[in-house]
Amino acid sequence: MPARKVYLDHSATTPLAAEVYEAMKPFLQERFGNPNSLHSWGREARKAVDESRASIARLINAEPREVIITGGGSEADNLAIKGTAFALQGRGRHIITSAIEHHAVIDTCKWLEKQGFELTVLPVDETGMVSIADLDAAIREETILVTIMYANNEVGTIQPVREIVRTARAKGVRVHLDGVQAVGHIPVDVKDLDADLLTLSAHKMYGPKGVGALYVKRGVKLDPLVHGGGQEFGLRSGTENTAGIVGFGAAAELANRRLEEGAVEEESRLKDLLINGITDKIPNAHITGHPVERLPFHASVCFDYIEGESMLLRLDAAGIGASSGSACTSGSLEPSHVLLAMGIPHELAHGSLRLTLGKDTTEEDILYVLEILPKVVSDLRALSPLGKELS
Amino acid sequence: MYSEKVIELFMNPKNAGRIDNPDGVGQVGNPQCGDIMKIYIKVKDDRIEDISFETFGCASAIASSSMVTEMVKGKTLDEALKVSNKDVMEELGGLPPQKIHCSLLAEEGIKAAIEDYRKKAGIK
Ligand SMILES: Cc1ncc(COP(=O)(O)O)c(C=O)c1O
Ligand code: FES
Repeated sequence: MPARKVYLDHSATTPLAAEVYEAMKPFLQERFGNPNSLHSWGREARKAVDESRASIARLINAEPREVIITGGGSEADNLAIKGTAFALQGRGRHIITSAIEHHAVIDTCKWLEKQGFELTVLPVDETGMVSIADLDAAIREETILVTIMYANNEVGTIQPVREIVRTARAKGVRVHLDGVQAVGHIPVDVKDLDADLLTLSAHKMYGPKGVGALYVKRGVKLDPLVHGGGQEFGLRSGTENTAGIVGFGAAAELANRRLEEGAVEEESRLKDLLINGITDKIPNAHITGHPVERLPFHASVCFDYIEGESMLLRLDAAGIGASSGSACTSGSLEPSHVLLAMGIPHELAHGSLRLTLGKDTTEEDILYVLEILPKVVSDLRALSPLGKELS
Repeated sequence: MYSEKVIELFMNPKNAGRIDNPDGVGQVGNPQCGDIMKIYIKVKDDRIEDISFETFGCASAIASSSMVTEMVKGKTLDEALKVSNKDVMEELGGLPPQKIHCSLLAEEGIKAAIEDYRKKAGIK
């Protein structure tokens, strides 16, 4: 048994907060009503769904009417992109995205490309940022959507979202932001941003898996993907996942509170402690992503002469949960498209490590990682025929 | 996804490191995933007297290196050449499908080291 268990993979998923679990429990059992029923059981469930929707809306400064609950972030991305493509194809068939999107966005865009839509994939610089000039130059008469992530899941870079929205809106083009990694962790205000569509996912903010939302600005027309009983303002039919939605609402309340209390700053302090500790203690460690414009809980690094899967398994044996964009962990033997798009060479992408902190991460946890990780890296370098002079 | 044997050898690999003055060295790699395996051998009376490896790669590449070096140690060169990646996989208790190529590195690494030895010794 390892001396300590330290979960540092919050970008993959977060644990369900205790208060979220408590809020959900009744709706898994005694409060089982269908929110669409007229009787007291139904009304009780409807009230819970409405209140949760209001909490989610408050988190991003939207109107409750603008929040469409989906079965997760991936579905919300699909609804935003395909829903726009189908609704606006009469006006044009050109979509702009970036090279570092989540697969829920990239693969949706690629699928539309096969259906006859045109796609422009914007490059990013070495910090993972898209260029506003590139975006501006890519917008054409037929462009119907710009879909770019708010913050990246692999390297934590926060995009210049305000400028992205302004640039697209100036030419009358709709903007979707994949906010899955950002919402609940940094202040996000849709009114201030003026974005048209924004994706959220509950399980990245201490809520349950399989529930997410798409913010759809009033007046923005989408075609639904799921037809049926007309729930979610006609945009996502199906009897509501009441317990999941209540959990999402409770998670949004928690996130609001944490943002107000400045919990993010403590997370950011620990993240800096981790990043500085890694670069101090380990030779040939390269921090990836933007040095400043990054998620407060996100540390990502590439080590020369290290293979990611080996590193993850050694860390796991020491009780540390992390992730990597290495080729060997991908199943496809291709390193992460995000790292490659940032110009990181194949060999270096091999040695990528992502450590993402959470609300329960402590300084002791970070110190433990800083004790274990240098040893894991030097042991693996000792095993390797490459880079002998380093270890 | 990995067998206990793979994890055990990955955590505590046998024959890791470099041998001084090896009689043969073989280096092989998988261009797709970028992993590299290097095998060092000492040969006496046509037998592998000592062997070690250095591997830059995934857990299954490291476990395969450890396993194959154990399997061929003490064998004659011709016997060692017959050890296939299937044999290595079997001893490891199997590998996931996308990790089969890692055991192939082990087979190829031994072959390359023996070839290097024979070339240096002038044996064809
Ligand atoms: C940026 C981003 N978008 C979308 C998703 C998909 O969200 P979900 O897991 O809720 O489908 C994720 C989660 O991995 C993500 O990180
Ligand atoms: S050797 Fe590359 S994935 Fe195993």
